[in-house]
Amino acid sequence: MDALILSRIQFGANISFHILFPTITIALGWVLLYFKLRFNATGEERWMAAYRFWVKVFALSFAMGVVSGITMSFQFGTNWPGFMETVGNIAGPLLAYEVLTAFFLEAVFLGIMLFGFSRVPGWLHTLSTFLVAFGTTMSAFWILVLNSWMHTPAGFEMREGVAHATDWLAIVFNPSMPYRLVHMLLASGLTVAFLIAGLSAFRWLIGDRGSEVRLTLRTGVVMAALLIPVQIFAGDLHGLNTLEHQPQKVAAMEGNWETDDNVPLLLFALPDHEARENRFELGIPSGASIILMHDPDGVVPGLNDFLAEDGTVLHPPVAPVFWSFRVMVGTGVLMLLLSWGCAYLLWRRRNEGLPRPLLFALAGMSFSGWVATLAGWYTTEIGRQPWLVHGVLKTADAVAAVPAPMVMTTLVAYLLVYAVLIVAYIGVLLYLARKAVQGGREVPAPPRSGAAQVDVLPAE
Amino acid sequence: MMTLFGDPAVWLPLVFAGLMGLSILIYVVLDGFDLGIGVLFPFASEAEKDRMIASIGPFWDANETWLVLAIGLLLVAFPVAHGVILTALYLPVAIMLIGLILRGVAFEFRAKAPLRRKSSWNTAFFVGSLMTSLSQGFMLGLYIMGLSYTPATVAFAALTALCLTAGYGFIGATWLIVKTDEALQRKAVRWAKRGLAGVIGGLVAVSAASPLVSPRIFEKWFSVPEILLLAPLPIVSGALVILLWIALRHLPDPADRWRHVPFATAIALFSLAFAGLAYSFYPYVVPERLTLYEAASAPESLFIILIGTVFVLPAILGYTALAYSVFRGKASELRYD
Repeated sequence: MDALILSRIQFGANISFHILFPTITIALGWVLLYFKLRFNATGEERWMAAYRFWVKVFALSFAMGVVSGITMSFQFGTNWPGFMETVGNIAGPLLAYEVLTAFFLEAVFLGIMLFGFSRVPGWLHTLSTFLVAFGTTMSAFWILVLNSWMHTPAGFEMREGVAHATDWLAIVFNPSMPYRLVHMLLASGLTVAFLIAGLSAFRWLIGDRGSEVRLTLRTGVVMAALLIPVQIFAGDLHGLNTLEHQPQKVAAMEGNWETDDNVPLLLFALPDHEARENRFELGIPSGASIILMHDPDGVVPGLNDFLAEDGTVLHPPVAPVFWSFRVMVGTGVLMLLLSWGCAYLLWRRRNEGLPRPLLFALAGMSFSGWVATLAGWYTTEIGRQPWLVHGVLKTADAVAAVPAPMVMTTLVAYLLVYAVLIVAYIGVLLYLARKAVQGGREVPAPPRSGAAQVDVLPAE
Repeated sequence: MMTLFGDPAVWLPLVFAGLMGLSILIYVVLDGFDLGIGVLFPFASEAEKDRMIASIGPFWDANETWLVLAIGLLLVAFPVAHGVILTALYLPVAIMLIGLILRGVAFEFRAKAPLRRKSSWNTAFFVGSLMTSLSQGFMLGLYIMGLSYTPATVAFAALTALCLTAGYGFIGATWLIVKTDEALQRKAVRWAKRGLAGVIGGLVAVSAASPLVSPRIFEKWFSVPEILLLAPLPIVSGALVILLWIALRHLPDPADRWRHVPFATAIALFSLAFAGLAYSFYPYVVPERLTLYEAASAPESLFIILIGTVFVLPAILGYTALAYSVFRGKASELRYD
């Protein structure tokens, strides 16, 4: 493998690992503020108990997000110097504003939010919680401005191969920014809703039926049920926006090779990049035309329109985009069914809680938000290829001339660290849940069989 | 408005070089003591480890953010230099990043994972801090040597790696003197005394090596009248070292009145050393290759960042001060309630 593909895998691995944690902290910050405000208003201990449990999850996720985010700010230079050399005049200020208006705010007030409850007046603790939530959201805003600009660049001109800003408002509010930002914020909300509902269901299943668990289970389920239809609507709008600005990406998402009317919505297919056709197609007639054009006779762009005269491929690789998109949509449909089912039953059977199969389903879906978010990001980012900045800079032209073995070495090191950390992270979340069940006491060491040390979950 | 202070292609890069330098200095001092405490971890008992973490727990995250700002300013203000420097330092940067990852997550995991895992995360905290300190020192040495890899430059970089790590251990110990008492404070005084040797070694090595490597730097320091104007720098540094030694011999004092002296003196010493380096390398951002004027972004981009910085930086300094004052005094157990 050459340095280009290794650098892409490395950056992809880092940003995939990174996004898991901001996806949690962005929305969890606001949920914590909600818990704190409810506690302030009612004085009920259960709200503060919920706050104290989930602030630990927040602190852990935040640390994971910070350290993996720093990695990326360095990798722009170590692996992708061409990016900043070409579009640094635009990317630079956006990143600088993220650091200045978001990173310091969240990092400084996080200390007070975590450890200041008994040291500062109540209002300052509430304010700190707000500022941390606000900071994480500002961070998402700036980074999505930059990411959107890479998809739909605006407000600049090229001078001697370098982009120069001409209109900052056009740069910030570039055509895809509002859609992408809303789509991502909602994704964060859904990830957190399912995490809260899932971990609460897990606690319920292992015997914790206290008022705090009832409260968080209800909060998670209701939040999910409210957000998922909004997300489906926002996702549809985002798709239409992509169709307007990056039709080749939509063509890859639909697996559509020829521009045509009455294009089917493919449920299954194996796109073949070499033969430039699909194998084993299974589709709903005219489905894609209806979804994208709101008309069965609507013309949907095809991938064959994006071949240069000399045969150079100017559209993204089809199979990964096609499949990522289906994973995202499939997860979304599952989320819709489960959250509405649970919300309905919680409303009907007020005090009995949920039936066990649904609790198991919720616990199993605890990290479903991660799956959908990653699949969505793969769809849009692989869908941007071969461009790094759409129509301005190709990915291959931005990569550093670092020897491939060196990139390989660091890639393996990062992957090992990330694998250990993700296992530790999920393990600690489950441990915190079990510990909470036992009233905050240290969970006794599990029985050992031979030399192997196995975690035994009481519910299993 | 951009021409307020003359040609914007001259004053803007200079302002941003200043801001970047300030961020690096603040980072080296603030995260320096966090990393130093990590480096000192194996020498402490289990109970002392908890107190050492408690003394930096509320701050480390914000301290680390100064590195993000520094590298961000390099990235946004001098994008060409960012690429040249970071590709040249590819491997030490990767080691530093993995170190920062281990150190940062260990803070959380050691407190939240099951007790039987705590010692593993303590080890991760130490190893992460050590990797970060050594690689930062290595990068400093290689930068001074003009970012070239020869046996001699790598040997020098290995020396600065050890010295910076000792320096971080030293400033970490002086922070512990402020934030702890009794047995741990006495231990911290001993650690500070030993670390001081590394600091002096590093200062001497860098001061001797940089003029020898670069005739330009030699010229800047040892011609008249520069040598007279610059004389206060080494003299004050020497005086600070003596003051440090006296303070460390008096500590711990019964009224705890001397506790701030070593940390404050350490900051002054680090600042002077940094000023000396900055003077040596100006106007280069990549030594002997690229000046900060050649590497700077377009003035209109720098200006839009500057506007934000002018408003936001005082606020950052203000609420950072607030956080330090909320958690002032001797470190106590960190609790969520």
